[in-house]
Amino acid sequence: MNNVLLPLSVGIPLLTAVVILLIGKFWKGIGTILAPICGLITLIFSIDLLSASTGTYWMGGWPPPFGIVLVVDSLTKVLMLAVNLIAFLALVYSVSYMEKYTAIAKYYALFMLMLAGLNGVVLTGDLFNLFVFLEIASIASYALVGFGVEHEELEAGFKYLILGSVASTAILVGIAIVYNLTGSVNMADSARFIINMGVNKSLIFAAALFMFGFSLKAGLVPFHAWLPDAHPSAPAPVSAMLSGVLIKAIGIYAMMRVVFSVFGGPQDLLNIILWLGVLSALVGGLMSLGQNDMKRMLAFSSVSQVGYIAMAIGLGTPLGIAAGLFHLFNHAAFKGLMFLNAGSIEHCAGTRNLRQMGGLMKKMPVTSLSTLVGSFSISGIPPFNGFWSKLLIIIALIQAKAFVPAAIAVIVSVITLIYYAKIIRFSIFGKLPDIYKKLHDAPFTMLFSLIVLSILCFVIGIFYPFFMNSLFNPAAAAILDQAKYISMIIGG
Amino acid sequence: MTVYVLDLIIFAIGIYSLIAKRHIIKKIIGMVLIEYSTNLFLILIGYRHDGIAPIITQNMEQTQFSQSAVDPLPQALVLTSIVIGLGTLALMAAYAMKLYEKYKTFDMCEIKRLKG
Repeated sequence: MNNVLLPLSVGIPLLTAVVILLIGKFWKGIGTILAPICGLITLIFSIDLLSASTGTYWMGGWPPPFGIVLVVDSLTKVLMLAVNLIAFLALVYSVSYMEKYTAIAKYYALFMLMLAGLNGVVLTGDLFNLFVFLEIASIASYALVGFGVEHEELEAGFKYLILGSVASTAILVGIAIVYNLTGSVNMADSARFIINMGVNKSLIFAAALFMFGFSLKAGLVPFHAWLPDAHPSAPAPVSAMLSGVLIKAIGIYAMMRVVFSVFGGPQDLLNIILWLGVLSALVGGLMSLGQNDMKRMLAFSSVSQVGYIAMAIGLGTPLGIAAGLFHLFNHAAFKGLMFLNAGSIEHCAGTRNLRQMGGLMKKMPVTSLSTLVGSFSISGIPPFNGFWSKLLIIIALIQAKAFVPAAIAVIVSVITLIYYAKIIRFSIFGKLPDIYKKLHDAPFTMLFSLIVLSILCFVIGIFYPFFMNSLFNPAAAAILDQAKYISMIIGG
Repeated sequence: MTVYVLDLIIFAIGIYSLIAKRHIIKKIIGMVLIEYSTNLFLILIGYRHDGIAPIITQNMEQTQFSQSAVDPLPQALVLTSIVIGLGTLALMAAYAMKLYEKYKTFDMCEIKRLKG
């Protein structure tokens, strides 16, 4: 199969970025028009890919393992949908939110570069190509974190830049070692050699480097120091992208590809992922409790929720991985929603400090309702999507006889409920401060994204068996079947 | 083997400079050293002593070529990696300039508004 949508999903955002930069010199508003349209196009592509058959695209007609190959399988479809959905909604949200910033054209160009990089990471079937797209997405995000050029933003951005570059370098050294051992940078081809060769010390070293690099990109706990600084500092739509999909696409997804598709999912690596996840869930949850800055609390919450995802994926069972991917998709929806809510409150009320808010329900009804939906989803109140994915994760943990992680998962979900109750208590209910008497709700383009994501949280929660059967179970089956992946690329 | 050890030493100097130095520019230099040692490592993987350029000519046997030519793929990869490194370096320098404008210092220990 040569599905032309695959290269276009990367190429169109790249082209848009260049066009926005060129025309943006003369007409600043170009980004506001072109970027959401481009986001819509890639979203339509990703929805179209859902029904497409699995297969590969040979870049420039070179057959693998010689040329770069783009791959679409069931796992790719899930990630493509998550990335492009959140990106489109964040872009629509940006239209009003970014009005107060100067250099809007540069913002949209960077955003488009990040989108191109993320789509590339998800689609590629080549290790070095993965590194290049990962760097495109990362560098764009380093620049976007410091976009406000104020004291805190610059500090957070620099920290993120240095730590992120070290992680990227570790990944590159890992790729170099794998290339040296197997003579190929094509994932399927490398995997074939690794199966024949068996495990040796160099390979273990490469695996360690990959684990370090991708864990840092995912914000798992010993490597999470940059995340609670960087995510709150970025403009709200970018925070939604970073927490919603970037840490998952270039962290969790890339880690899964390397661990399962290249190394064949060895139990030692899976145990490391499992315990990193347990540690992240616990530490992230406990750190969130003490925060008063709304976005900083949400960022720590991301650490905690990514811990859940890593925990489930580290089990390596079909149910565990399906539940992990389900939580990944849900987290993209409700963490994106919560960051956009925080941005909406900051846009209207001018503060992120929970202690200075209160009684916003009367003045900002839509934002308040979507904050309620987001908080309920993420803390696992039944009809919403977060409940089902957390329940499935805990069931998967118990089925795999991992009782300690299961107990911690239950405790952390209680902690999650506590700090989201704090957000609801301080922002929506309570007494309205006098300075907010003239407050009104955010403009329509911002509310549109909030409403769509809220409905999505609800709909996924109601129809979760449909989503599990059509999206996440096939994805888990696809990532666990390494032989099929290899034959799909090398054989076809 | 010696070259690999020397490469590792460059890497170690980079890590030391990145972690131990407080000056932002010295940290950036450390980061660049790390990147360069990685690029060198990639080149060393494809290197062959007394090798020839990987260009096949008319009067050359294929076996002779595969025995004596260096591996061209790492060189192509390094070229990409250098360009990426340049992008990162430019961004780091821009950050350093902006940080100096705001904080009036290059000392990373005095730039600490974010905590908790």
